[in-house]
Amino acid sequence: MGMTMTQKILAHHAKLESVRAGQLIMADLDMVLGNDITAPVAINEFGKFGKDTVFNKDKVALVPDHFSPNKDIKAAEQCKALRCFARKHEITNYFDVGQMGIEHALLPEKGLVGAGDLVIGADSHTCTYGALGAFSTGVGSTDMACGMATGQAWFKVPTAIKFNITGSFGLHVSGKDLILHIIGMIGVDGALYQSMEFSGEGVKNLSIDDRFTIANMAIEAGAKNGIFPVDAITLEYLKEHCPKDPVVYEADSDAEYEQVITIDLSTVKSTVSFPHLPSNTRTIDEVGEIRIDQVVIGSCTNGHISDLREAAAILKGKKIAKHVRTLIFPATQEIWKQAMHEGLFDIFIDSGCAVSTPTCGPCLGGHMGVLAEGERAVSTTNRNFVGRMGHVKSEVYLASPAVAAASAIAGYIADPAKVMEE
Amino acid sequence: MQAKGTVFRYGDNVDTDVIIPARYLNTSNHKELASHCMEDIDQDFIKQVKEGDIMVADKNFGCGSSREHAPIAIKESGVSCVIARTFARIFYRNSINIGLPILECPEACDGIKAGDVVSVDFTTGTITNETTGDVFHSEPFPPFMQDLIASGGLAGYIANGGKKV
Repeated sequence: MGMTMTQKILAHHAKLESVRAGQLIMADLDMVLGNDITAPVAINEFGKFGKDTVFNKDKVALVPDHFSPNKDIKAAEQCKALRCFARKHEITNYFDVGQMGIEHALLPEKGLVGAGDLVIGADSHTCTYGALGAFSTGVGSTDMACGMATGQAWFKVPTAIKFNITGSFGLHVSGKDLILHIIGMIGVDGALYQSMEFSGEGVKNLSIDDRFTIANMAIEAGAKNGIFPVDAITLEYLKEHCPKDPVVYEADSDAEYEQVITIDLSTVKSTVSFPHLPSNTRTIDEVGEIRIDQVVIGSCTNGHISDLREAAAILKGKKIAKHVRTLIFPATQEIWKQAMHEGLFDIFIDSGCAVSTPTCGPCLGGHMGVLAEGERAVSTTNRNFVGRMGHVKSEVYLASPAVAAASAIAGYIADPAKVMEE
Repeated sequence: MQAKGTVFRYGDNVDTDVIIPARYLNTSNHKELASHCMEDIDQDFIKQVKEGDIMVADKNFGCGSSREHAPIAIKESGVSCVIARTFARIFYRNSINIGLPILECPEACDGIKAGDVVSVDFTTGTITNETTGDVFHSEPFPPFMQDLIASGGLAGYIANGGKKV
């Protein structure tokens, strides 16, 4: 029996000819990632192993991005612990404020993940790098500590769901709408312990940023990873960013899938996830009038340059509603600079938005946009759990950059097509 | 290895943001984390939980963030075991890695209510509802995993050369 793309990457890293679903393997790691919330716990665990240093100082990435720039004294202490560890062990890929970006946008941009790589990160959205044809998955701090010490991690080989993508998106519809649509269809545990493998002729119509967004939210369907085939779009991105030669794996034609789901991109509408689960989706024509207090555009899910361009195209020449606070978070310093050079910040600021340095802050209710009791936000982030962005009685509605920008102007959740008509 | 305690009962999709809200993740102090465990969905939990108590929930327990702080907060609160229909995969891995025993057993979830007294034998996988007398069977932990949990988690287990500390 053939193997899926994920299974082939796992087999190669376990130095095995082949693997089958359910098999337990020990695999070599190409990169181990941690941030200012998860790495301090991992550093503490690492100390228990009695190891002098990490397995490879080029294959560990430490990014203080969650509560950074330091939101309070305790957060400052956690970032300091990360900084001290990075200095002591001469970690090559440590990115402090000034170089720091949101980890899952930063690592691909810095060329630290290539096609065919196997990456673990102590952050659930580590699955983002599947956009580049890599196997990457989120783990906890103890796994991160073991990975840093040994360069290896154990895995149970997953089964897979195949998403056969056809067609292309309509106006104002993007990768975020597709992944919310999928999570709405299969549920927050619809791909539990499985791979989500995307393929089909429609994949060529998904930009690399669309693919980052889609793979990023595979975890919101419970998946172990989300992965895209390596094509001309991937190779172009890698050529620009990653010095390593890409290693290209393709699923076998007789690979076994738990299910195959075909989606025609032209049928996907702008989609919004209502509180308090990403699977609680409605299409834009079904949302009704939901008045909002805040809009957040950014994060590891939608802080890429194309996301900012999409939002700017809607906001250009318009003013945001008086009662709405709109916060823009470019995901990395490079994206920040590019958006500035393209004049996007003029558009944002003229329309009444605030532009921030990169941080995960508001996505998890940390800082830089925490909600008060009863407040509602439309956000391009990835989770809308109870209390996710602040008060336990606040609400988060997940949406694309286009819907978020349109909603900022309207003051309620709005269809970008309608806002552009007005 | 055994556990026995009073049950706190929860539903589907209990996510790591409600187990330990992110606003408290500016520390990795176990006691401080435990003091906020479950507070966004059950403010009484931390006031009422006693050493040895047991959590029972429905499907996809622990979904969301990879924060190991979630199982740490539960373990530090005194909870001796979590039983659910299914667990989110990162939470499952993290719990075992920090030495918090967790069991998947849909039948037990059907037959256990809040306030019941439940005992668990990890060597046999037997779950007994002492209040009703019903007995359920889950997959027992293999010996290495029992040693790992008894060592307080993976780090202690590895530091000790893969043997019980």
